[in-house]
Amino acid sequence: MRWVAVWRRNFLVWRKLVIASVLTNLADPLILLFGLGYGLGALLPSVAGMSYIAFFAAGTLCSATMFTASFESMFSGFARMHGQKTWDSILYAPLTIDDVVTGEIIWAASKAWLSGATILAVAAVFGLAASPLVVLTLPVAFLVGLAFASVGLIMCVLAKNWDFFSFYMTLIMTPMTMISGVFFPAEQLPKPVLVFAQALPLYHGVELVRPLVAGRVPTDIGLHVLVLLAYAAAGTAIAIMFARRRFSA
Amino acid sequence: MSVLKARALRKRYGELEVVSGLDLDVAAGECFGLLGPNGAGKTTTLRLCLGLTYPDAGEIELLGEPVPRRAREARRRIGVVPQFDNLDPDFTVEENLLVFGRYFSMPKPEVRAKVPGLLEFAGLTGREDARISTLSGGMKRRLTLARALINDPQLIFMDEPTTGLDPQARRLIWERLRRLTQEGKTLVLTTHFMEEAERLCHRLAIMDRGRLIAAGSPRELIAQHIEPHVVEMHSTGIETWAPRAKSLAPRVERAGDTVFVYAAEVAPVLADLQDRSDLIYLHRPASLEDVFLKLTGRDLRD
Repeated sequence: MRWVAVWRRNFLVWRKLVIASVLTNLADPLILLFGLGYGLGALLPSVAGMSYIAFFAAGTLCSATMFTASFESMFSGFARMHGQKTWDSILYAPLTIDDVVTGEIIWAASKAWLSGATILAVAAVFGLAASPLVVLTLPVAFLVGLAFASVGLIMCVLAKNWDFFSFYMTLIMTPMTMISGVFFPAEQLPKPVLVFAQALPLYHGVELVRPLVAGRVPTDIGLHVLVLLAYAAAGTAIAIMFARRRFSA
Repeated sequence: MSVLKARALRKRYGELEVVSGLDLDVAAGECFGLLGPNGAGKTTTLRLCLGLTYPDAGEIELLGEPVPRRAREARRRIGVVPQFDNLDPDFTVEENLLVFGRYFSMPKPEVRAKVPGLLEFAGLTGREDARISTLSGGMKRRLTLARALINDPQLIFMDEPTTGLDPQARRLIWERLRRLTQEGKTLVLTTHFMEEAERLCHRLAIMDRGRLIAAGSPRELIAQHIEPHVVEMHSTGIETWAPRAKSLAPRVERAGDTVFVYAAEVAPVLADLQDRSDLIYLHRPASLEDVFLKLTGRDLRD
C-alpha cells in the first residue's frame, strides 16, 4: 500500500484546481453528448431499443473515462516523470518505482472514474439513465479507467518526448472509439473489424455499460470484466517493467 | 563505525565503464567529499549507493543494509539533495515538506510538527505559502536541503550542493552543512569546488574515470601530492622566464597563458623575481585545487 502516498500527492494537487479540472474533463464529452445526441438523435427514432441520446450517453461514459485515464497517465504522468522530475524525488524516499507506477495508474483510474461518474450523473438528471442498475456502471467505469491508465502509463514510461503520444492518440485511441460501439452499434461493422474491436478494452466497457443504462443486465459479464482486468493487470506489469528499465539504467 | 561501505563497484553504460572498481568507506559523523572532473562518475556512484541504479559488480552496504537488495529500507534513514532541484512545482513551500514527509509514511501530525523548524533551518520562515517558482536559486537549494531532513536522516547525500549559487547563497549553505555535522549527521557530498571541499570535508576522495585516485583529509592530500609553495604568473614575460624557472624549482607547469611553479624551497624563485619588475606574480600556499589539477590533469573535460 505504499503507492497510496503517490496517489495522495496527485489527489492533493487535483484538489487545488478541482473546479477547472472537472470542467475541462467534462466540457468535451458533454458538448459532444448533447450536440450529437439531440441533433443526430432527432433524425434517429431509436437505436438498439433506446433513444439515440441515451444510447450515446452510455458510449460517452466509456469514451470519456478512457480519455481521462489516457490523458492523465500519458500527459500529466509524463509532466511529473520527465518535466518536473517528481518521480525522481519520490524515489529518494523508501518507495520504489513499482510504487510510483502503481500509484500513478490508480490515480489516473480514479480521475477517470470521476469523469464517468459525472457523465452518469448528468445522464441521470436528464432522465437518460433511470434504472437502479445504472449504479453498477460505477465499478465498470473504474475498471475501464484502470485498463486505459495502465496502457497509458506504458506509453508514458516509453516516451522520449511529447510527440510520442500523438501516435497512440491518432493511430489507436481515435479508431478504437469509432469501432467500439460508442457512436453506433459495433455489430453493424464488417465482421473482421468487429473481431478486432472485441480484442480491445473499450468495446467491453461499452458492452457492460450500455445495457445497464438501458436497465438490462448485460450478457457475458464475466468475459467483459475479464478482458478489462487482463488489460489492467498486463498493462500494469508491462508499465512497471519498462519503468524499472528507464529508472535504474 | 562505517555507515557506507562499497567494494569493487562497477557500472557500465554501453561501451563506457563509468565506475570501474571503486572502494569507498564513510565513517559515522564525518563529512566526506567526492571530488572529480565532469564525467568522473560521481553522480553514478551516489545513485549506486542509494540503490537507484544497479551495479554490474561489487558490493554496497548502506547503514548496515545490503544495497540494492534492501536499499528501500536503508533510505528510511537517508536524505538526498540532488544536483538539480526537483521541488514539486505544484505545491507551496510548506506543502512540499508536508507531502514529502508522507512519502516516508510519517504520520501527518509528526510531519506538521517538523515543518516550522525546517523552514527556520532553510531561512524560509514567513514564506510558507510561496510558490516554488517565486523562490531564488539559493532558497530552492535550502528548501531542497530542508526537505532532505524531513525524516531526520543519519546520512545525507548531496550532489553538488552549491553549483550555480552566488557566493552569499553558497556561504549560507556551507554554514548550514557545518551545523548538520555538528549535530552528528554524516554527509556525503560531490563537488568540483575545491574551496568547498577544503572548508567542509573531513575526508576527501578524488575520482577520475570511474576510479579513486587519491583519498585523505584535505591537508593530507596537499602534503602528500604537492609542494607547499606555488608561484603563479600570467604576464607577457613568462616566455623567457619559464625555462629559467626550471633551474630554480623542482616542478614548473604551464597551462594556457599561466605558469605554475611548485617548490618546497621558494626563496630562490622569489629572489630571482625581485629584479623582474615586468613580471606580475602571485605567491601562495598550495591548495587542494593544485592537487586536483595535478592528479586529474589540466585538460578540459566536457
